[in-house]
Amino acid sequence: MRQITVINRRSFLGGLITAGAFVLGTRLLPSLVQGAAKTESASWSPSIFLGLEPDGSVIIVAHRSEMGTGIRTALPAIVADEMDADWGRVRIEQALGNSKYGSQNTDGSQSIRDFYDTMREAGATARQMLIAAAAARWGVPSGECSTAKHEVIHAKSSRRAGYGELAAGAAKQPVPKKSDLRFKSPADHRYIGQDMPVSNLKELCSGRGVFGIDATMPGMVHASIERSPVLGGKLKSHDDSETLKVKGVLKTVVLEGFSPPHGFKALGGVAVIADNTWSAMKGRQALKAEWDPGQNASYDSEVYKKDLMATVSKPQKAARNVGNVDAEFAKNAKSHEAYYYVPHLAHAPMEPPAAVAEVKDGKAVIYAATQNPQAVQDTVAAALGIDKKNVECHVTLLGGGFGRKSKPDYVAEAALLSKAVGRPVKVTWTREDDIRFDYFHSVAAMYLKASLDARGKPTALLQRSAFPTIISTFNGAAAEGAPFELGMGLTDMPFEIPNIRAENGPAKHHVRIGWLRSVSNIFHAFALHSFIDELARLANRDPVEYLLDLVGKPRKIDFKAEGTDYSNYGKPLDKFPVDTGRLRRVVELAAEKSGWGNKKSGNGRGYGIAVHRSFLSYVAVVVEVEAGANGRVTIPRVDVAVDAGTIVSPDRVKAQFEGAAVFGASIALMGKITATKGVIDQSNFDSYPVARITEAPFKTHVHLVPSSDPPAGVGEPGVPPIAPAICNAIAAANGKRIRDLPINPVA
Amino acid sequence: MITLKVNGVTRRFDGDPEMPLLWYLRDLLELTGTKYGCGRGLCGSCTIHVNGVQVQSCVTAIGSADGKSVATIEALGANVDHALQRAWMKNNVPQCGYCQSGQLMTAAALLKEKPKPTDQDIDTAMAGVICRCGTYQRIRQAIKDAAEVAL
Ligand code: FES
Ligand code: FES
Repeated sequence: MRQITVINRRSFLGGLITAGAFVLGTRLLPSLVQGAAKTESASWSPSIFLGLEPDGSVIIVAHRSEMGTGIRTALPAIVADEMDADWGRVRIEQALGNSKYGSQNTDGSQSIRDFYDTMREAGATARQMLIAAAAARWGVPSGECSTAKHEVIHAKSSRRAGYGELAAGAAKQPVPKKSDLRFKSPADHRYIGQDMPVSNLKELCSGRGVFGIDATMPGMVHASIERSPVLGGKLKSHDDSETLKVKGVLKTVVLEGFSPPHGFKALGGVAVIADNTWSAMKGRQALKAEWDPGQNASYDSEVYKKDLMATVSKPQKAARNVGNVDAEFAKNAKSHEAYYYVPHLAHAPMEPPAAVAEVKDGKAVIYAATQNPQAVQDTVAAALGIDKKNVECHVTLLGGGFGRKSKPDYVAEAALLSKAVGRPVKVTWTREDDIRFDYFHSVAAMYLKASLDARGKPTALLQRSAFPTIISTFNGAAAEGAPFELGMGLTDMPFEIPNIRAENGPAKHHVRIGWLRSVSNIFHAFALHSFIDELARLANRDPVEYLLDLVGKPRKIDFKAEGTDYSNYGKPLDKFPVDTGRLRRVVELAAEKSGWGNKKSGNGRGYGIAVHRSFLSYVAVVVEVEAGANGRVTIPRVDVAVDAGTIVSPDRVKAQFEGAAVFGASIALMGKITATKGVIDQSNFDSYPVARITEAPFKTHVHLVPSSDPPAGVGEPGVPPIAPAICNAIAAANGKRIRDLPINPVA
Repeated sequence: MITLKVNGVTRRFDGDPEMPLLWYLRDLLELTGTKYGCGRGLCGSCTIHVNGVQVQSCVTAIGSADGKSVATIEALGANVDHALQRAWMKNNVPQCGYCQSGQLMTAAALLKEKPKPTDQDIDTAMAGVICRCGTYQRIRQAIKDAAEVAL
């Protein structure tokens, strides 16, 4: 068999800045200097993210994972813009996993919001040092020099010098202090805010992109792993005699089960090793394995749902308390209450988890579709008992992530198997593995109650939720929602209501719980924004007018004064407040652009609205549905109004919101994972369908609010308002209120 | 011994005739543009053409392709210049890109049959190919753009 070696794929899979680059000490992330100081070359690297070759080529390191957001283009574009570099001479290299870059966990809609300033600093540092080099060469003051597209210019003497020829001189200039950096004014931006060509677009349109499932290494073998159908089950016995008869199968390897907490550890099982993927899968089908299912065999989704509902029907621990909800409920006779439920969901990225590992001489080389190469280093190091410095993680393209590929259990499997067989091993999860053994999105129950004034506006609001926490993946005893989970749609409820209480009750976990695109916003937002719409309809008021009334006057919520523990996506509230003025603006924009005022719901056609702030962005959605008599729901149109602060790549941002509308439609229409006796009932796209072209919104229009506020998240915040807006539209179309998702479960 | 043409090159295979074309292409020929998504004919990621007809390679045994001609995404446009590929790039269709080989091969089969497809034609033809990133509206637009160009 001909091997495509990793060497041939270097340009795709990338490495660091050209080996041999001279790295100038930098304050940006000084830990880098050490590793790079050994290198020797005339090229110059003013930051770990940036290198300049004498021929003028600029190398920009993409340290975050590309899973479809365009981040591999967007972050380098920020550097190039501040540097005033010619985009045509920029080469993008994918970083290895290395803590010197800061967090590489491409998750939480953080890449731009956390690295916008860092990228600008890298570019501005380079530009200023290039100017200083030219000024020194010409014997003129730096202040008289400027830059334009890869050149330093001294206008007075009409002199110009290209960046390449200045590289060596620039390397000798003192590194400017952060406080001395001068940034371009937004009006001068040439790449930020423009639609830069997506760096790997051509590869993605020709089957040439290399994903984790495509990576190969010389001498590599393939593995498919049979695992305990119930989480934590133990292998009692197995018989591989039929397996070993399958052509192409080389051997089987037993992987030890994990000891709790499961974290990112390999699940354990029996791996079938073969010389091609199909033989491994076929050999696995012939395997006989018996499992002792263990305590999670008690997990039954129907029973569990009743328990969760019972939990939210009783008072629970308060996570937010404003005014006196009980007193208000006691004195106000008019009230409304409702229960909501959202099942477990699976990530189901189109590329299932896949990784290649070679473990040799106490070192591991990894090629993986991973959102988090540093977690790969930690996880593989722990699995093999080696130092993380000896784990080299190359990040391939990711065929979707949605949070699944932040959890590198599948990479640990590949590493353990490579160690066992002494050859590079590729682990490819089947779709059935992916759906049955996912880190599932929490199942959740919610209860909401409001007392109402004469116009139907809440005088008090109680929100209560119960769901198995993500923390349980790392600490088996954890049973209550963590502040960061409650801060996603529960404790940050933004509406102007004098008495508020948010409560959360305990819930046990029986499967691995993980974060999925927009996390606990999904169920909290579904309940809250469905409930608000119910109140508007009870009051016979227009849902948009009612919503704006609830949003109230522009104000910034003072969580501290309230005494609420609100984590605000890890960002300070003074820089990223919960600003109801911005909330109002997106509601108004979505209403205007969708033509809300002229739309009439009824007779099976309906319009619904929802607005939600998450990941520091404000998103309002108007959905149009057609709800047929047969229960079939189609979505002809979605209008999304977005205030995400400064936008770097408008088209890619729009694509994220178009995609989020489809993702949200999958949640609302058909997303449902259940367990019976601890075994997940769904396994592939027949039992766990996701929206196809026929079910997805026909057209989503994305409207961006122009803003110079700091950039906020865009990958996730489009998801939470979709499901409630769809259900609100259905209520408008035919009066049917949906409180249990999904709308059309697979029978 | 099975003999087939893959992207114009004659290939011989004497392994298990039950092996799906998908794994033959990916693991043995290292034509990794054709993707695995479900293995059961449910998602369309693995779509290729056999004798010009669109098939799901994960459920097509190599034995059934004996004497036939197989085309994969790698051969769709010699320089990524098929009308569909150009329209795909113009519309910035891909997000993660993983499903796009299947989308493009399915769209190519559609345009051969219906050079001027309606929205309904497009939705019917493309319903078998899942895009979890949700690029459907751009796919629809790109197919229409390519149909204009192709005429
Ligand atoms: S992989 Fe063939 S249809 Fe899904
Ligand atoms: S572009 Fe990611 S699955 Fe289609």
